[in-house]
Amino acid sequence: MSAHGETVAAPRGEAVGRPAASRRVKDAAFRLGMLVCLGLAILLLGVLLWDVAVDGADRLSLDFITSFASINADQAGIQAALTGTLWLMAVCAAFIIPVGVATAIYLEEYADNTKWYNRLVEVNIQNLAAVPSIVYGILGLAFLVRGPLSLGPVILAGGLTLGLLVLPVVIIAGREAIRAVPPSIREGSMALGATQWQTIWRQVLPAAVPGIATGVILSLSRAIGETAPLIVVGAATFVAFNPEGLDSNFTAMPIQIFDWISRPSNDVNDYRPLAAAGILLLMILLLAMNSVAIWLRNRFEQKW
Amino acid sequence: MEAGAGAEARGRPEISLRAARPRYGEKVIKGLLVLAAFISVLTTTGIVLSLVEETIVFLGDVPIGDFLFGTDWSPLINPPSFGVLPLVSGTFVVGLIAMLVATPLGLGAAIYLSEYARPGVRKTIKPILELLAGVPTIVFGYFALTFFTPEVLQALFGNSIQIFNGLAAGVIVGFLVIPTVASISEDAMSAVPQSLREGAFGLGGSKLQVTMRVVFPAALSGIVASLVLAMSRAVGETMVVLIAGGLQPQWGLNVGESMQTMTAFIAATGKGDIATGSTAYKTVFAVGMALFLITLVLNMFSIRVVRKYRQVYE
Repeated sequence: MSAHGETVAAPRGEAVGRPAASRRVKDAAFRLGMLVCLGLAILLLGVLLWDVAVDGADRLSLDFITSFASINADQAGIQAALTGTLWLMAVCAAFIIPVGVATAIYLEEYADNTKWYNRLVEVNIQNLAAVPSIVYGILGLAFLVRGPLSLGPVILAGGLTLGLLVLPVVIIAGREAIRAVPPSIREGSMALGATQWQTIWRQVLPAAVPGIATGVILSLSRAIGETAPLIVVGAATFVAFNPEGLDSNFTAMPIQIFDWISRPSNDVNDYRPLAAAGILLLMILLLAMNSVAIWLRNRFEQKW
Repeated sequence: MEAGAGAEARGRPEISLRAARPRYGEKVIKGLLVLAAFISVLTTTGIVLSLVEETIVFLGDVPIGDFLFGTDWSPLINPPSFGVLPLVSGTFVVGLIAMLVATPLGLGAAIYLSEYARPGVRKTIKPILELLAGVPTIVFGYFALTFFTPEVLQALFGNSIQIFNGLAAGVIVGFLVIPTVASISEDAMSAVPQSLREGAFGLGGSKLQVTMRVVFPAALSGIVASLVLAMSRAVGETMVVLIAGGLQPQWGLNVGESMQTMTAFIAATGKGDIATGSTAYKTVFAVGMALFLITLVLNMFSIRVVRKYRQVYE
């Protein structure tokens, strides 16, 4: 479309008798300015990745992954945090998949948009998506760790807090995937005598699964990168054991990285490379998850 | 089962579209789905309840005027002082610096992608911007503390920049929210119908004129919404300001020095091991309440702007 626009614009400008050259210079300068803006954003991403890689590459090894926390920077590793993160991910997934998909189905297939309570649910979800993550930490602290549920600072509390945090993302992605299934599929199914739920369960959901799965994976990758809510919920910073169950105390990769960043480093114990290596490992994990999500989207995307 | 219902209906003169037998299973399923949808409402209720409850207790100890208008925030030393303004000003200074970075860069990127980039370029660049959005914020915090402050800011401005400072936090948070600005604005500009551009070109407009005087105004509601949402994200961002911004609240505008924000205070104080009912515990909730209200206003405003001023094209 842009090429089309330019070919029309240039001769017109000359025909009217405007100073065509200055106009072209202005246009080119503007275009260059916009390109620089885009370039700066991408440049920063590049510098950031390069900086982390330079700082952490030497420290990233099998020993680093299989060692536990230690006050000796040379011997410290990330095993407890890595298993903690995997546990959190499992709890989070077990919570967001059923609840998120059920909410999406309700809003797309059942809810009557003219009813105030359905609109309330919708606006509510939009708002929740933009609530600062640390506020979810406060919610987790007040309701899950203490107060009504009193779980303590354990895996279950951490996973549920992260689940509540990313639930709006799953719901929004799920709704989009369900909406993309054309109404004709539903009508065909109903015309053959299927009930509404049979239609949803056997026709709509299978067609929407790739979109939903993509949304779930992206939500999980956001969840495991979150630090702030886990700090407030009370994730431990110095853990020398793997979690053994839902009621186990835990640490997680971002928490461990944060701990290494905030420790005062000196000549004997330099924690910075540890932090950078932890970041590298976390980024590799996220990149792998995102690749799976993109692959799913491309492989199973249906064009109706 | 369905066939049976159909046959019965055929027998009667008046055709009823209702199933002959009520399907309780369907109703139970619908009930379960409603219950799931209710969890999100419950979440909001939980957030509001937990914040309000402790905030009321807090305001029983501290007069509301002292909290809202006091300019000294030192709740954990003796004698304590509970003026929240330094935290609020720190939050907004960091937010404004972030928007000074994110507005030109994000909008520039959006304009380039929507109006200038070839489809192929757009297809490769957009995922890269999404990648930027997917980087955990703690990584940006590490980058701000170990690279941006010492290698860029201190190299440029020398000793006036301390190792923990508001400027680095603000600039890096700005980069963090560029994808928010760029992707929502780009969507809004791409949604402007081609016929508007063609009409403007037909009247002799240059690419620059068409972009700035036709496309940009037509997409303004989406653009404003993206900026407000970005501000809300910047205000709610925790890790970068916690790591790079420092832990000393400041009632002033010296961005070269430590500048604690509301989120940083919450994360630094509410470390999970604080005693329920202690002063520290209560301040976390009171500051959380203020933060929640600020972001709520910003979010509602952004949703409103989109609803009210959205141009609907056929």
